[in-house]
Amino acid sequence: MAEHKLKTPLSDADVQKLRIGDTVRLSGTIYTARDAAHKRMIEGLDKGQPLPFDIKGSLIYYVGPSPTKPGAVIGSAGPTTAYRMDPYAPRLMEIGMKGMIAKGKRSEAVKEAMQKHKVVYLGATGGAAALIAKCIKKCDIIAYEDLGPEAVRRLEVEEMPLIVVGDAYGGDLYIEGRKQYEVR
Amino acid sequence: MRTIKAEEVTEALAKVAINANYDIGPEMLRAFEEALAAEKSEAGREVIRQIQENARIARQECVPYCQDTGFAVVFAEVGQEVHVEGNLTDAINAGIRKAYSEGYLRKSILSDPIQRKNTGDNTPAVIHYDIVPGDKIRLTFGAKGGGSENMSKQAMLKPADGLEGVKKFILETVSAGGANACPPLVIGVGLGGTFEKSCILSKKAAMRSPFHRNPDPFYAALEDELKERLNKLGIGPAGLGGTVTVLGVNIETYPCHLVALPVAVNINCHADRHGEVEL
Repeated sequence: MAEHKLKTPLSDADVQKLRIGDTVRLSGTIYTARDAAHKRMIEGLDKGQPLPFDIKGSLIYYVGPSPTKPGAVIGSAGPTTAYRMDPYAPRLMEIGMKGMIAKGKRSEAVKEAMQKHKVVYLGATGGAAALIAKCIKKCDIIAYEDLGPEAVRRLEVEEMPLIVVGDAYGGDLYIEGRKQYEVR
Repeated sequence: MRTIKAEEVTEALAKVAINANYDIGPEMLRAFEEALAAEKSEAGREVIRQIQENARIARQECVPYCQDTGFAVVFAEVGQEVHVEGNLTDAINAGIRKAYSEGYLRKSILSDPIQRKNTGDNTPAVIHYDIVPGDKIRLTFGAKGGGSENMSKQAMLKPADGLEGVKKFILETVSAGGANACPPLVIGVGLGGTFEKSCILSKKAAMRSPFHRNPDPFYAALEDELKERLNKLGIGPAGLGGTVTVLGVNIETYPCHLVALPVAVNINCHADRHGEVEL
């Protein structure tokens, strides 16, 4: 299991280096979106409207942070469960998204699209929300402010601790990791 | 007849709700220590260390342990010799409103499941009332995360399915949904009663400490057996593979109809946030 330090945006070559079980320390710019924001982005694309950020080489973090305390950059900000974004993710991969940061299992359709478009799925520890917030150095709401915690944010992160849970070769750590420890 | 002012309920509950969201408490910390010692996977141990560090930061900096500060679930045991001056339900909701506003907790509640508009203050709470003897009010608060709640299940088994059927259903439910529910988990099982009673019991069980065993030795042994078997599923911390999938299994039971065997499994994540206050 290799350790990688990655900087955004990601290229195909960056993604192809990664295998499930590898650890990643991610720095750079990422974007947040979850259920309602995904729905709106896809509806916008259907109408020919642009996305609120440059999707090429981007990573989307599935998170709805808690409110920001005075003087803080952001509230607690752990990952939400990814499968709810499965209906939308392949569409964003087609137009250049290179990574997703979240937690939990993905659908077969998402895993196939990840192989086709060379996309990585990085796992953040669910519930470790106060710890993850420490890696976020800047936070700006850039779209859909009316959605509150679900608004799209641009985050600057430093050394965000992640594990490759899905790679561009069809690897799925939720399946492979479990196999090693399951006692039948 | 003892009188309690509604405002006292509001103030006390708000404190409990904020504290539960910032401080996971000594029992969960002890459960994490034990999990770290028992876990065989290196990735799993790393996840547990992150969880411990997260708990320390949340407590010290007074920030939410998890960004999903949950649906506010309140079990209210109201002594029949208590008179509440004012409206008790309103007072409980006012306590939640105060906690989620003043504590910078996330507001996750939508006014309607289809139209999906946020109520803006995390109310209403889900309140389960129980009238009990005495002149006190006991409130048990839980901040129930949505991700683990989504992996919970109920089944109306056939009496012929028996104990083996119950075990099978619990194992299948955790096997299918455990990885998505932020393991290591606390599993609440409600066994018996009617359809809805089994679900309420499972919630009560999920909010119980993973160190408190069922007082009935038969169910205490079943809790231990299920914990051992669930930890053989291999799901592990954060679902990345490992030997600690659950921190505890808590079972609550109730008598049931002769044709029925209801079982509900309410899954709680490692952010098992709860607290109590007696007035």
